[in-house]
Formats: sequence, structure tokens, C-alpha cells
Amino acid sequence: MLFDIEVKISLKSGMLNPEATTIERSLELLGYDVNNVKTVETIKFQMEGEDREVIRENVTDMCERLLCNPVIHDYKINVIPQNMACGK
Amino acid sequence: MKIGVIRFPGTNCDRDVAKAVELAGLTPEYVWWSEEKLTDYDGIVIPGGFSYGDYLRAGAMASITPVIDGIKELVKEEKPVLGICNGAQILGEIGLVPGIFITNEYPKFNCEWVDLKVATSRTPFTKAFKTSQTISLPIAHAEGRFYTEDIDLLKDQDQIVLQFEGKNPNGSMEAITSVCDESGLVCAMMPHPERACEELFGSDDGLNFFKGFL
Repeated sequence: MLFDIEVKISLKSGMLNPEATTIERSLELLGYDVNNVKTVETIKFQMEGEDREVIRENVTDMCERLLCNPVIHDYKINVIPQNMACGK
Repeated sequence: MKIGVIRFPGTNCDRDVAKAVELAGLTPEYVWWSEEKLTDYDGIVIPGGFSYGDYLRAGAMASITPVIDGIKELVKEEKPVLGICNGAQILGEIGLVPGIFITNEYPKFNCEWVDLKVATSRTPFTKAFKTSQTISLPIAHAEGRFYTEDIDLLKDQDQIVLQFEGKNPNGSMEAITSVCDESGLVCAMMPHPERACEELFGSDDGLNFFKGFL
């Protein structure tokens, strides 16, 4: 079965996020009143497998070993069987 | 004495570092990222640059290459390792030094000379200086803001090596811009000592960092 994987990586709450601060200031320049801007990085890929939980464990491993730095990042993993994503 | 100068795709301070190693009276030898056996070397420098285009995070991709396993083996043998700029970011990523260097508070690429306080002279690289002495080195980075979860531990174990003096150009925690492991033999620093090895370039304070391998 083919799975669509989505990993969303964000800075832990309380971490200074200069990119988000700059976006917030720029939106204010345009006259918008916005608060609490956050930026989230999304990495998408596909994996072939039978067991959704095994896939999830694999992706968690990837996050811990390369995709994220646990010191500064939180991450969320979505594992979606492809036929479900297509609505079949 | 033979010093390995590590090269990743995107490393760009390797030749400057090799020259500095020579000026310090040592023999540099370039080591490609795919090498795993580093036992011939008496010490290692990981130079600055933009390894693997800084993709994901600065140093993230370099941290999973075979040469890192070789470096970890050398550290077990108590050989000195110096990571400069991108090299410092890599040492943070692989956890050989505490903390991590992330996007500057003002996220601009910051290139200037700075005054630095030597916070400890117990590492081989800072042994020629006196503790609290002020030295001058250039910095050049956009991701150099030091962050750690446990600053008190670093203070207790004397692992803070250099701190910005007079100003904090990237928003680093307690103005820290260089840290070492518990032994002091593995040192990560954002400033570029290899760019300050001859008076002609404004300062030769940087040369002592390389003489530290002797």
C-alpha cells in the first residue's frame, strides 16, 4: 500500500522565530493587525508499506535523526493511505 | 603533526584553514566527507562554509556523513577537534558540544570584526590566552545564535569558551559564541580564527587557535 507522509516541523513554543517576527512586522506595515505569527515547515514524501504504525515509527526515526533537531523543534507526522487521500 | 581538514560539498573555508594550520607549524591534509578512517590524524578542523547548501538546518546533512563517525572515534581517543562556523553548527548537530547555533535574532548575514572575551583558557585552542582576555576575530554567519536548554550546566562545567564583548550581534544566549565539550578537547566556535592569522589582515589572534594542536 502506498502512504502519503506529511511532516510538519515548527519551533518549540517560546523559541524566538525571527522569520515569523519579520512577517508580523511586514503585515503591520500593510495595515493588518496580526498576532502570534508562526512558521511551519512541511516535508512531504511517499512510502510503500503494509502497516501504518510501522511507517509512523520509521518517520519518527527520520525526524529524530535528521529532519528535526529535538533541542529546538516540535514535529507532527501524518500518515495517510493513498486511496483514502484520493477519496476512493 | 598531521591535521585533517574536513571537506563537504559546500565547504568554502578549507583552503584558508589549511593555510592557517601551516602557519601554525602543522601539516594540513584535506579529508573528504566520505572518509571514515581518521586514525592517522593528530587533530581535526571542520571549516566553515555552507555544507549541503544549509538544507534543513545548517549542518544537518553533514551530521549524517561517514566522516562524522571517524571524528567521533578520534574524540574517544582524546584527539582535539575544532569546528569553525559551519563546523561549529555541525558539532552542535551531532551533539559533540552542547547547544545549537540557529538563525540570528536579526536574520541578516552578519559579516564584521568583533571583540571576544576568552571565557576559559582550559581548551587547547585557547590555552595561549588568559581567561577574560579580549581578542579580535571576524564573524560571518546568518545562523550563529547560540541556544541551549541548560545554560547553568555549561557554566558549572566551564564549557563556555568565547563570548561577544561590547555587543551581542546575533542574539546568542549570554552572548556565547563558542562552547566546548566536558573535556575541552572538542571546541565549536562561530568566529573565524583562520581569517585572523596574520597582522596584515588586522589581527593574528586567530593563529593561537591552530597552535593549540601542538
